[in-house]
Amino acid sequence: MAVNVAALRSQLETALAGRVPAPFSRRSIQPETAPFNIPEMDTLTGGLPQGGLTEICGPASSGRATLLLSALASRTAQAEACALVDGRDTFDPYSAEAAGVKLERLLWVRCRNINQCLQATDLLLQGGGFGLIAIDLSVLAPKTVRYVPLNVWFRFRRAVENTSTILLLLDQESNAGSCASLVLRLGCEPFRWLGSEAQRAPLPANSCACLLDGSQIQVELVRSRLKSATAMHNFQSFARMNEPGRAANFRTKTKWSDFRETVFETK
Amino acid sequence: MSIFDLALFMAFASIYVPEFSIQAVVRAEPALRQRAIALIEGCPPLERVVARNEAAARMGLDLGMTKSQAAQFPSLEIRPRSRIEEQSTHAALLDLGWSVSPRVEDTAIDSIVVDLAGLACLFGSEEAIAHLLAKRASDLGLIVQIAVSGNLEVALHAARGFAGITVIPPGEESKRLAALPIQVFWPPAEILETLERWGVRTCEALAKLPLLQLSERLGQQGVQLHQWARGASARSMILAEPTLGFEEEMALEDAVEELESLAFLLGRLLDQLCARLTARSLGACALRLRFCLDASSDGESVPSPNRNACLNEKKSYEKILTLPVPMRDSKMLLKLLRLHLQSDPPSAPIVHIVLAADPAPPRVTQEGLFLPSAPDPEKLELTIARLANVVGNSHVGSPRLIDSYRPDAFDMNRFLSPHDAPRIHQKGIRPKIIGVGNREPVVAFRVFRPAPRATVTLREGRPVHISFPTMHGEVAAASGPWRTSGEWWREDAWHREEWDVEIRRPSISNTNAIENSPSTEPQKGLYRIYYDLMRQAWFVAGMYD
Repeated sequence: MAVNVAALRSQLETALAGRVPAPFSRRSIQPETAPFNIPEMDTLTGGLPQGGLTEICGPASSGRATLLLSALASRTAQAEACALVDGRDTFDPYSAEAAGVKLERLLWVRCRNINQCLQATDLLLQGGGFGLIAIDLSVLAPKTVRYVPLNVWFRFRRAVENTSTILLLLDQESNAGSCASLVLRLGCEPFRWLGSEAQRAPLPANSCACLLDGSQIQVELVRSRLKSATAMHNFQSFARMNEPGRAANFRTKTKWSDFRETVFETK
Repeated sequence: MSIFDLALFMAFASIYVPEFSIQAVVRAEPALRQRAIALIEGCPPLERVVARNEAAARMGLDLGMTKSQAAQFPSLEIRPRSRIEEQSTHAALLDLGWSVSPRVEDTAIDSIVVDLAGLACLFGSEEAIAHLLAKRASDLGLIVQIAVSGNLEVALHAARGFAGITVIPPGEESKRLAALPIQVFWPPAEILETLERWGVRTCEALAKLPLLQLSERLGQQGVQLHQWARGASARSMILAEPTLGFEEEMALEDAVEELESLAFLLGRLLDQLCARLTARSLGACALRLRFCLDASSDGESVPSPNRNACLNEKKSYEKILTLPVPMRDSKMLLKLLRLHLQSDPPSAPIVHIVLAADPAPPRVTQEGLFLPSAPDPEKLELTIARLANVVGNSHVGSPRLIDSYRPDAFDMNRFLSPHDAPRIHQKGIRPKIIGVGNREPVVAFRVFRPAPRATVTLREGRPVHISFPTMHGEVAAASGPWRTSGEWWREDAWHREEWDVEIRRPSISNTNAIENSPSTEPQKGLYRIYYDLMRQAWFVAGMYD
């Protein structure tokens, strides 16, 4: 029986050669991606998937807004219109400009509560045409975001399927579940301060000697459908589809880092 | 005859609107077209019938009947005569003429003449042009009679006399006019009576009268009538200046209060306005909406006030809707108007509506194969209007930095699609530390709006403990104070001392706190706090994230 099946397969492949490239092999589905423009992030994730939902979660000061601005800068530099649904009106245009975001290409929707955020996202998805739509729920209480039904994220994801729009969700904990094609969890190492240990602890009398220099962001890849699609095509590393723990680190710096005088030793 | 001969041949098309007053009303209420209609005019209760359509005439309705007499006729629609709608209809008629030729004569309120010279290359034969005009008139809500002739006067009279489309070849003017009644010339009543006594009722009979004797009996007017009847009169066109005024008005018998009813009326006006813009190949770059409001205190509607008096007495509501690109889609424009009226409704019932459009040439774009996709401008405008309804007008747009040292100084600008935005790049307010592609990204900052108050414990002038609504803890590191102040001459001057602080919160063990925190690990955060020297209080400016 197996010999007959193999022979039949061989006959069909011969007959269809030249017309159908690989009739019995699964076509590789490579979703288009857009870069974060942070090399460590692009290496870890392969970029932001277009036509899918990406979720970035993490506690306060873990680098969520930094990643958001990098993604916005990347898309606006390509002359794409972007939209930001700001859950609590915390977006800082000055930080954005410093990060390279072209503000004239950014539609900023300043919401006050979760209902306004969801309504605004619905309207933006219906309108269409945006390269990136970011929903920033980072500053909202986690229990508020937890109460959003899963079908809302599912509906949002379906709205961007087969489009080139990147849907980016930022929150404190992962809420989108399996609706997200890419889930990243952020953490933050101790922040970097300029000034020697002796000056930092005990606290120096003159604190002008101590200057914030940046931070080290840890990124954990919780889930990536982009990797799993590639793995399924190869029929290898199938078990790696949901393997947690792949991580990367990258440094951030402050706006004044390049202008500081080199009187302090950098940590 | 070759097409070049056609191009050189002089030809005029006269467009006549029969039952003009009736058609003006029907244009605003298309549902009445198949009904018997009578128009009344005068001071109540002495209104009289001043116009009727053919269906009403067949029912036996006569001009001059009173309103109460007319009301006896079943299924007769009685409407007041509307000068406002007649003016709008006349403007639409002129737009129809200008849609094919720049040379148009404004002959009368119900007829115009269009010079067809040179149009053969664009639109084809005279008959084809006439059919095109009839179709465009139908799009404007008008049923017209069109006559084409090389003689302007002949075209005018033929349009009044013959229904449908009439093309009179050169040399056949008198033959084609022969059967027309002499009433098409609108002779003075006494001349008409004289001619009828003589048994002269048609143009053919009038043309056969001897000219000399006619002039002796009826004077120059008789001579002119004789020339018209023979198709021998000629004159030049008196050109009308093309105008770019697009305005539609509607006076309401009963005041309208609900948005749904108002939207229905606005929809009708927009359909008429957009049809006129389409006829002139223009779009609207702005809509101007004016309402006269019913200011009576007991809520009873008052008779439609004089429009100018209403506006002068400031009992009006005005709104200007500026569009990012010229549009003429009436449905899209209606949606935009509805959204704006929902967010800013008028304060009283409406008795008079004036809707005007600022015309502009339509947008010409060429899509590129490799250009990134962008929102469609019309859909984007609708999306932004809907967003404004949800979050407020001032909370949606594109941020623009203001050149100021004031913290968090920015404006909200109108957002335009990248393809339509003017190619003016704002000069960077702050030096760009890092652009796209650089290795180390800049730590982003989140601004807390409004800044929450904080309780700060100081030791030796430095903060050691901070507490504010969403965080409290010990200060692990602090940088500051960084002093900033400015605009001392203004009431909202600022003077503050800023600190960057790293706060660490101890482990959380109680259940209530766990609901709001993602984990029970020690929490930390990097914040900017400041001491406001003018208000003598501590605040949290924002968080580094």
